[in-house]
Amino acid sequence: MSGAPAAPHTGSAEPAAGPGPLDLLLVPPRARTGWRVVPARVLAMCVVELQKLRHDRTELYTRAVQPALWLLVFGETFTRIKAIPTGGVPYIDYLAPGIIAQSAMFIAIFYGIMIIWERDAGILTKLLVTPTPRAALIAGKAFAAGVKALIQAVVVIVIAALLGVALTGNPLRLLGVAVAVVLGSAFFSCLSMTIAGIVLTRDRLMGIGQAITMPLFFASNALYPVAIMPGWLQTVSRINPLSYQVDALRGLLLGSHAHLALDYAVLVAAAAAGIAAAASLLGRLAR
Amino acid sequence: MTCDDEDRPGPTPGPAVPPGAPHTPGPVGPAATAGGPDGTAPGADGTVPGPYATTPGPATTAEDPDATTEGPGAAARGPEATAPDAVTCRALRYAFGETRAVDGVDLSVRPGEVFGLLGPNGAGKTTAIRCITTLLPVPAGMVRVFGHDAAKERMAVRRLLGYVPQQLSADAGLTGRENVALFARVFDVSRRERAARIAQALEAVGLTDAADRLAKTYSGGMIRRLELAQALVSAPRLLMLDEPTIGLDPIARTSVWEHINAVRAATGMTVLVTTHYMDEADQYCDRLALMHRGRIRALGTPDELRSALHARRRAAAASPTAGTAPHPSATAAPAPAANPAPASSASVAAASSSSSAPSRSSDAVPTLEDVFRDVAGSGLDEQSGDFRDVRSTRRTAHRVG
Repeated sequence: MSGAPAAPHTGSAEPAAGPGPLDLLLVPPRARTGWRVVPARVLAMCVVELQKLRHDRTELYTRAVQPALWLLVFGETFTRIKAIPTGGVPYIDYLAPGIIAQSAMFIAIFYGIMIIWERDAGILTKLLVTPTPRAALIAGKAFAAGVKALIQAVVVIVIAALLGVALTGNPLRLLGVAVAVVLGSAFFSCLSMTIAGIVLTRDRLMGIGQAITMPLFFASNALYPVAIMPGWLQTVSRINPLSYQVDALRGLLLGSHAHLALDYAVLVAAAAAGIAAAASLLGRLAR
Repeated sequence: MTCDDEDRPGPTPGPAVPPGAPHTPGPVGPAATAGGPDGTAPGADGTVPGPYATTPGPATTAEDPDATTEGPGAAARGPEATAPDAVTCRALRYAFGETRAVDGVDLSVRPGEVFGLLGPNGAGKTTAIRCITTLLPVPAGMVRVFGHDAAKERMAVRRLLGYVPQQLSADAGLTGRENVALFARVFDVSRRERAARIAQALEAVGLTDAADRLAKTYSGGMIRRLELAQALVSAPRLLMLDEPTIGLDPIARTSVWEHINAVRAATGMTVLVTTHYMDEADQYCDRLALMHRGRIRALGTPDELRSALHARRRAAAASPTAGTAPHPSATAAPAPAANPAPASSASVAAASSSSSAPSRSSDAVPTLEDVFRDVAGSGLDEQSGDFRDVRSTRRTAHRVG
C-alpha cells in the first residue's frame, strides 16, 4: 500500500497536517487464522519477558541468592551428614535438580501476582481487547514464565557446577531438562493465575502463594526420596507435579533411574489443565 | 458523512453492494483496507478473510425494526444507507449484582465522528465501553461494532478496535517502541512491515525521539500518547478512549487531544471517548451522549444540546408554568435516546436549574454543565462513583504524578 493518506472521511475534519506519513496505519494487518494464533501470542509474550529482563536484570541476581544458599549451606551440610539415602550419589548432586525445580517454581508462582498487577494497571484489560483468545493469552504468560525459569535454571546449573556437582553435558539431555523446566513452570504459573482468578486481590494471593509454595516443595522428592516419607506424604507427593519434574531433571542431569515417559506425560497434562483452568477464570479478572 | 461511501464500502450486508461495483474502488487510502480483517466486505478483498468472522454480512441485518441506518431494506435505499454505524447499542443493560451500572442504553456512533460519552464517575460509561470492547459479556440488549455482534463475533470486533483504558496501561519496564511492538505482534502485523508500522505509530503521537527510552521515564501525557500509538499500530477503525485525559495537566490534555484529532483527520477512524470534563467534550466531540445513572439522558451535538436548553429556559421564563417543555433528547438527535427522563424529572430539572444561580438568566447561553445538571436532575453530587472507581482514578492520578 502506497501513496498519501486518503482524504478524511468527515466533511468537518481538517486536512491531515500534523504527523508524517501514516499510510501503514490505514491498513489493518493481515490476520492470522486458527491455531496459528497461539504460537504467535506465546512468542509475543516470551519476547516481552526477555525484553524486560534485558532492561532490568536485578531479579535475575536476587533470585540466584536463594538457590545458591540451598546448595551451599543445606547441600554441603547434608552431604557431610549422609543422613539421606540418595542411592550412592553425593547429596549435593542429588539436591541440585530439586533446587532447579524449586527456583523455577518460585518464579512461576509469582505470575499470579503479576497478572493481578497487570489487571490493576490496565495492561491485562488492553491485551484482552486484542484478537487473542484467552487460552492463548494464558499460554503466552505460562510459557513466558517458562522462559524466565529457564534462564534461572541456567544460573542454578552454573552454581551447581561451580560447587562440583557432576551434571551431564549431553545436549539432548539438556534439551530435555529445558523442556521439563518450561512445562513445570507453565503449570505452576497457571496454578497461580488460577488462584488469582479466584481470589482477585494481590494481598490474598500473596498469602496463598506463601502458604502453598513451601508445602509443594517439601511434599515432593526435591529434598529427599519419596520412599522415606510417611505414607500420607507419599500420596501428596504422588499428585504433586513438582515430583515428576524433579524426577525427570534428576534422571537427565545425573543419569539416575527415572520414569521419563510418565514424568513428561504428567507435566504436559498438568500444564494443559492449568492453562484451561486459568483461561476459564480469566474473565473474572476482566470485569 | 454520507458522501464517503466510495472510500469505505465497509462490511455491508445484502446484495446491494456487489464486490467491486458499482463504486470505482479507490486506488489508495482506506478503500483498499476497509474490507480488512473483519472479512465481511463481501469478497471485495478476498485475500484477508478474518479468522473468526465465520458469519459474514448477514449478521448485520439487524432484527431491530427501529434500526434506522441499517436493516434488511436499508441497503436498497441508496449509498447513504449502506455503511453500518461504527457502534450500535440497543437496550444495553449490565448489572454488577444489584447495581445496574448500565440500564438500557441506546446509541449509534456514526463512522468517522468523534463521539463523546459524558458523565460523572459511576454513570456507567466505563461499563458501557467494556461491553462494546467485548471485555464484558452483553447480558441484555445488543451491541454491534461496524455490524459485528460484540457478543458473538468477539474476535472480529476486537480486530476493529483500538482501546485505551482509563489507567495508564503502558508497561513501565519496556521502552516505548517495545510497548508498541507488543501490540503489533498480538494484532498479527507481519515481521516485514512491523518496524515501519511501529515507527509510524510512534511518529503519529510525537514520540519518535523518546521511543527507545523506558516507559517509566515518560511523563503522564507521554504515556497516554504511547498508549495511543499502541492502539493505532493495528490500524483500528474504531478508537475507544476511556477517560484519556484523566489526571493530566492542561498542557498534556491539549497535547493528547491534538494528537487524537490529527490522527483522526489523517485516517478517518471513528473515535468513541468517555470523559467527565465538560469543556473537552464541548471542544473536541462532534456529538455527545450525556450519561447518568446508567442511562443516556440527552444526545446531540454540543450546540444542539446547549440551544435546546436555552430554548427551553426561554420558554420557561416566558411562561413560568411550562414545566413540561420538550426534553432535549427528544429534539436534538436523530438517534433517539430511548430513555427520556421519567416524567417527574422534568420538573426536578426545572427546579434544579432554577437553583443554579449563575446561569439562571434565560438570556445567557447555557454551558454543557448546565445542560448536564438539567438532564441529570438531582443526585449529581452525592456518592457518584464507587470505591473502586475512585481508587483507580486516584491511582492513575498518582502514576501521572
